[in-house]
Amino acid sequence: MMASNYNAKEEDGHQPAAIGHGGAGTVKNKKPDNTAFKQQRLPAWQPILTAGTVLPAFFVIGLIFIPIGIGLFVTSNNIQELEIDYTGVDMSSPCYNCSQSYSWNSTKPCLCSVPFFLDQPFESNVFMYYGLSNFYQNHRRYVKSRDDSQLNGDKASLTSPSKECEPYRTSDNKPIAPCGAIANSLFNDTLELYYIDPNGSRTAIPLVKKGIAWWTDKHVKFRNPGGNDNNLTVVFQGTSKPVNWRKSVYELDPSDPDNNGFINEDFIVWMRTAALPTFRKLYRIIHKKTNMTPTLPLGQYILEVTYNYPVRSFEGRKRMILSTISWMGGKNPFLGIAYITVGSVCFFLGIVLLIIHHKYGNRNHSADIPS
Amino acid sequence: MYSLERPVRGQSSSPKDRLGRKRRTVVSSLTEDEDNKVTTTKYSFLSFIPKNLFEQLHRVANIYFIFLAALNFVPVVNAFQPEISIIPILLVLTVTAVKDLWEDYRRHKSDKFINGLLSCGLFYHRKQQTYVDQRWQDVHVGDFVRLSCNEIIPADMLLLYSSDPHGVCYIETANLDGETNLKQRQVVRDLPQQVCENFHSRIECESPNNDLSRFRGYMEYPSKARVGLHNDNLLLRSCTIRNTETVIGIVVYAGHETKAMKNNSGPRYKRSKLERRLNVDVLWSVVLLVIMCLTAAIGHGLWLRNLKEASFLIPDTTSPALSGFYLFWTMIIVLQVLIPISLYVSIEIVKLCQIFFIQNDVDFYNEYMDSRIQCRALNITEDLGQIQYVFSDKTGTLTENKMVFRRCTIAGVEYPHEENARRLEVYEEDEAMGCSHTLKSRASAKSLSCKSLSCNRSSVSLHTLTGHSEGEEPPSPTLPQQSAFSSPLEKDIVPDPFLVQKLNSLSSPLFLLKDASMELTYIVDFFMALAICNTVVVSSPNQPRHVRFGLPRFSTLSPPHTTESPRSFTRRLFSRGKAASFTPSEENKMLHLTLGACSGLGNSNGAQGPPGEPGADELIYEAESPDEAALVHAARAYRCTLQGRSLESLLVELPGMGSLAVRLLHILPFDSTRKRMSVVVRHPLTNQVVVYTKGADSVIMDLAESPKGAEQSDGRQGHIREQTQKHLDNYAREGLRTLCVAKKVLEEEEYEIWLKRHAFAETSIENREELLLESAQRLETNLTLLGATGIVDRLQEEVPETIEALQRAGVKVWVLTGDKQETAINIACACKLLRSTDQLLTANCGSKEACKALLLELRAEVERGEAAEGTSGFTLVVDGRTLDFALQEDLKGDFLELSRRCRAVVCCRSTPLQKSHVVKLVRDQLRVMTLAIGDGANDVSMIQVADVGIGISGQEGMQAVMSSDFAISRFKHLRKLLLVHGHWCYTRLANMILYFFYKNVMYVNLLFWYQFFCGFSGSVMTNSWVLIFFNLLFTSAPPLLYGILDKDVSADTLIKLPELYKSGQNSKAYLPSTFWLTMLDALYQSLVCFFIPYFANAGSDADMLTFGSPINASALLTILLHQVIESCTLTWLHVLVLVGSALFYFSFTLVFSVVCVTCSPPTNPLGVDKLQMSQPLFYGVCALTTVLPHQLAAIASVPMSLPVKLQGLEVPSLCY
Repeated sequence: MMASNYNAKEEDGHQPAAIGHGGAGTVKNKKPDNTAFKQQRLPAWQPILTAGTVLPAFFVIGLIFIPIGIGLFVTSNNIQELEIDYTGVDMSSPCYNCSQSYSWNSTKPCLCSVPFFLDQPFESNVFMYYGLSNFYQNHRRYVKSRDDSQLNGDKASLTSPSKECEPYRTSDNKPIAPCGAIANSLFNDTLELYYIDPNGSRTAIPLVKKGIAWWTDKHVKFRNPGGNDNNLTVVFQGTSKPVNWRKSVYELDPSDPDNNGFINEDFIVWMRTAALPTFRKLYRIIHKKTNMTPTLPLGQYILEVTYNYPVRSFEGRKRMILSTISWMGGKNPFLGIAYITVGSVCFFLGIVLLIIHHKYGNRNHSADIPS
Repeated sequence: MYSLERPVRGQSSSPKDRLGRKRRTVVSSLTEDEDNKVTTTKYSFLSFIPKNLFEQLHRVANIYFIFLAALNFVPVVNAFQPEISIIPILLVLTVTAVKDLWEDYRRHKSDKFINGLLSCGLFYHRKQQTYVDQRWQDVHVGDFVRLSCNEIIPADMLLLYSSDPHGVCYIETANLDGETNLKQRQVVRDLPQQVCENFHSRIECESPNNDLSRFRGYMEYPSKARVGLHNDNLLLRSCTIRNTETVIGIVVYAGHETKAMKNNSGPRYKRSKLERRLNVDVLWSVVLLVIMCLTAAIGHGLWLRNLKEASFLIPDTTSPALSGFYLFWTMIIVLQVLIPISLYVSIEIVKLCQIFFIQNDVDFYNEYMDSRIQCRALNITEDLGQIQYVFSDKTGTLTENKMVFRRCTIAGVEYPHEENARRLEVYEEDEAMGCSHTLKSRASAKSLSCKSLSCNRSSVSLHTLTGHSEGEEPPSPTLPQQSAFSSPLEKDIVPDPFLVQKLNSLSSPLFLLKDASMELTYIVDFFMALAICNTVVVSSPNQPRHVRFGLPRFSTLSPPHTTESPRSFTRRLFSRGKAASFTPSEENKMLHLTLGACSGLGNSNGAQGPPGEPGADELIYEAESPDEAALVHAARAYRCTLQGRSLESLLVELPGMGSLAVRLLHILPFDSTRKRMSVVVRHPLTNQVVVYTKGADSVIMDLAESPKGAEQSDGRQGHIREQTQKHLDNYAREGLRTLCVAKKVLEEEEYEIWLKRHAFAETSIENREELLLESAQRLETNLTLLGATGIVDRLQEEVPETIEALQRAGVKVWVLTGDKQETAINIACACKLLRSTDQLLTANCGSKEACKALLLELRAEVERGEAAEGTSGFTLVVDGRTLDFALQEDLKGDFLELSRRCRAVVCCRSTPLQKSHVVKLVRDQLRVMTLAIGDGANDVSMIQVADVGIGISGQEGMQAVMSSDFAISRFKHLRKLLLVHGHWCYTRLANMILYFFYKNVMYVNLLFWYQFFCGFSGSVMTNSWVLIFFNLLFTSAPPLLYGILDKDVSADTLIKLPELYKSGQNSKAYLPSTFWLTMLDALYQSLVCFFIPYFANAGSDADMLTFGSPINASALLTILLHQVIESCTLTWLHVLVLVGSALFYFSFTLVFSVVCVTCSPPTNPLGVDKLQMSQPLFYGVCALTTVLPHQLAAIASVPMSLPVKLQGLEVPSLCY
């Protein structure tokens, strides 16, 4: 590709050394330096995989991985998780009617309540998620359709959002805030949880809606224009709400200025696009009470859903998930099983290789010493 | 004003002559153009960016890059932010530009140095009419330049004046072609005296060209008289003036037009075999890329068709099919990394470093010449590891090309020179004893040589002693190359006692038989021819490089101390020699007595002293070919000493006659078509015009036939010819180089006629070469054969070992030589090319039919021999004529089939053209990698044709080196160059390339698998900066180091086990199957790397970047770990780079995830990696993903890594 001349000077046929040579007669010794680097004699370690190096490695991997795997598996098994699909696909499902009669611009909210039974109490903090399936939040054009500057509170971007937001950039000649397809498709079901006492009375479970977003998102990445303390109604004047929204961005949580506008945590969580088409997003947190009673005692519950979000058109599903978490996150037995499997396979192979090595490799004792 | 007319200059305005050949006119003038400034730089300050960019855009790879970058600007297909996709191309362009800039800067520095040279030379300033100092760059065409001794010529100029009374000057062309002998140049003939002050002549000459050995033109004097100009009048740029006090010349070519610059073609570019293989696989990568993109495009189309009204879809009107089409291009951008573009830059860098290591190998250093290996081609290092056929020249390549006179035959009598032979053996032993000479070992060698020679004359052995120690010492700084020409080995010929006796009879009255006297003329003529029939330049060590010409005794044409009588005797002696009908007379006898009394061959001659005597002035002979020097030294051993040379005469000391001035009439120089050279002299004693010719035996033997003197040739001449031929055959069998010497006496009128036609030939501008050739051939007929010489050319050290190693390595060695068959076979035996157990097949035939039959017969014989055991192999010996037939279209198949089955082939009597034909035939028909090695101009075509050309910088100038890819100083260096460096370079590069493919496929597949989970929409789960940098920065350094430093087998093992070379020959490290296996491995690893994080995150609340973060990290670790396992050696440099790469990645992502607030949409990484790296799950995933892919490799490698026993040495087979 590139005919480079490494010794361009020598090629010229008139290198200075040759010229100086005739007159002065100083002979330069051209002998190369006899250094380990130049003579390619650097001390080296040879990572050759021989039975002698591989066998111990296999055993060590086995011995390390199996305990880790068991630890992960146990941890994952200790996590309590409950999942309720409330899409309403079945006729028998309480939300069937809501799912049938739905469109984005209906004004009347559709309510449905899904009863469920908790057969064991959730002891620690409970995280409430909503889950969507077959929802491609990772679609390339969907992912692009946002304006991070606008969400960061940039005034200029507020009035003229990025072109990436098209076609959700302007409506009625007014810039949309927040613009783009992600914001436009914000999950807008409302979920409420009630505990049904054995005596039949409903107790609302206190759902905390703050602390569900990443700290960096909430405090660095997302900011309301002109600071978080201003009057949002004024700040967002001249902008339009996203087409699918029923209320403006500054009305997302009018009760709490720290959770309103762009820094509304439900909004922030939604804006962090999910990696896979089946995903869950943190919705609320049920904090453990200080006393010894479990966070969610076993018994009957009702999930009250304000059914707004359409998923039937693309055969999506909606779920509500209650889960405790551990140091390694949510419930996922895979990693534990994988560790155990890999560890045991390594151990097993180690034994097999050891036998083979003993049976056939004995002819060659030097195999253990990489040359 | 010194111009008579406006000069017409430059090629564009040059008038064309009848033949359409361009010419130029030079007149001394004041116009300021055509200056001597040389710029070899490609760029100027301003032009660098546009010009370099333009050049780089010519490369396909870069166009691909730019296409991708441009594609990303199309809104419907763009995958990343536009600025990100520019990064790769910018980076590659920048790296290349920096490299180009650096090279250009080096050239610029060297130019600046040259141009600014304020040479001590004085330049005639035309306005001030005096000579002033000027810088080289200010010299113009038409300028007068005055130079003194040891100055370098700044431009090509015509010699107008020399301080030498004979109008000659000597130049050394070492800077130009490496030849250190002096070349004589002469002033333009009939030039009016005042050179500069009123120079009104007009010079017409050829337009600038690169032919160093040719210059044609004429000078027109004001009187309109024209004088032909030729090469002898031209002083070439960058040569050095020697032995002449002052010269003045007029510049005809300056700057880039000079022959030196025209010859400077720069480095060679060849495409290596590995690179061709690589390009095939790059095309496969393209196919793979297209398949992946098509899959994604079709998948996306189908996916879209099945979706309606999804809230995550952006409403538009494009049909699913069109979206699929757009997506195809998006995917090309996303998966662009699959095509390993940075691989090309990496290969360049790796090769440069490999060259660096080859050049710095201390084993290639030659202490005597103070030279290392020269790598002239920079991009075929790995070809050195794949050589299957080696074509070698013999003289100077396998042998020393230090010609030593060994024996001779004169007038049909053989003089075996046994003492001389013994002396040579001693030297050989001495050299074999070890190259590390301490003072002690030298002393012992001295005594050894002393002992063996003690039986002979003391003076000679004494001289051997002194000369010996001189030669063994490292060259002195003032005369760096001297030893090459005057080593005692070549100088100190021990004369044959019998021959000395005969010569002595010149002075002895007792020994005067009829036949002997007749023989004596032959002998004297023989040595006379040896002494003068050459172009040797004489100087003495006291006045280095100074021709002994001002010596007073030479100015008188006749030696003062010789009496009239011996001269008249000898005159008669010679006059009879001519007619070859010598009858002894009483007079002779008497005269001889006088001669003997006056000056004999005895040691009594104190005035002059034998040349070998330590007290005498030692003469240094500098010859163009080592044969000549050997012969002059031989003649000197018999007191027939060449003492000086000028343009018109030679000073020769003859036994018993002292110094004689021989008028030199003509020299008809050697050329390869005539295969001989001649001098025409006026004999000092007989005053006859005598032609002495020496040349190849075949030619001289033919010319010595005298049809008119049939009655004489029946007699003496016939006998001599017969005997000489017999001796010649013996010599050849012994492996000696043979030369025949003949003479011819011309009648005055005969000479006149010839002279006239020769003068015409000399002055003609058009086809002068042909005319001169014709003229020479007219003269060299009816020669009288005097005798023949046998010159020994010893094998270089370690040649047999090297050839044996090459053969063990599976390399077929062919020797192509111009020598005789017997000589060639002998040398082949000596260098173990031909073993005693080998069956020798000789092919000599006179016709094509015979050749065909012979080839078939030999093939049958080989087949029979192969079936029957016992022979270790076959060696084919072909002579030039048979080769001619064999190379013809219809026979070459048979010839190749035969030669393929032979272990070695020797082609003798082959011409340079045949050599290159053979190489070409083998290369093209057998599709093998060929290497040609040679040292002389006759090997140039062969060197150029072969895949790898190697020049040996030795005695025969630099033409071979100039056309070679690698230049070494000894044949033995070939062993390490091929077996070690070749092997390393090949395996390193092959492994690096495979690793590059692996790395790219592995990484790109991660992105591809993700498409199955994002509706084939072209999404990536990584920040686009990280994605682009992953290949360009995070994982680029380790493979480079891998390609530069990895050693699969140690150098010692490679040398001990040449068989290991076969892996490179068979391209074992990089077969198509290896490529696909690597691909599969990459596929497997990418599956592991993707799906473990996938399952670990399935259904969770992970966002895209959180999902991608462990995938990226584990991919990086996997790739680095893969490198560790693939490497055969790990040094601290590897550790540094590997750990550095990993740290670089992690720190980059970490810092990026903290700093980047709104940057890099839509894959803004804020907080992602920071959060990830604080979570144990991340490490859990990474650990598992990094370990798992290598389990397979480890399992696979265990059975393979059992060491293989080869010849008692154990070699780990994984790294073999």
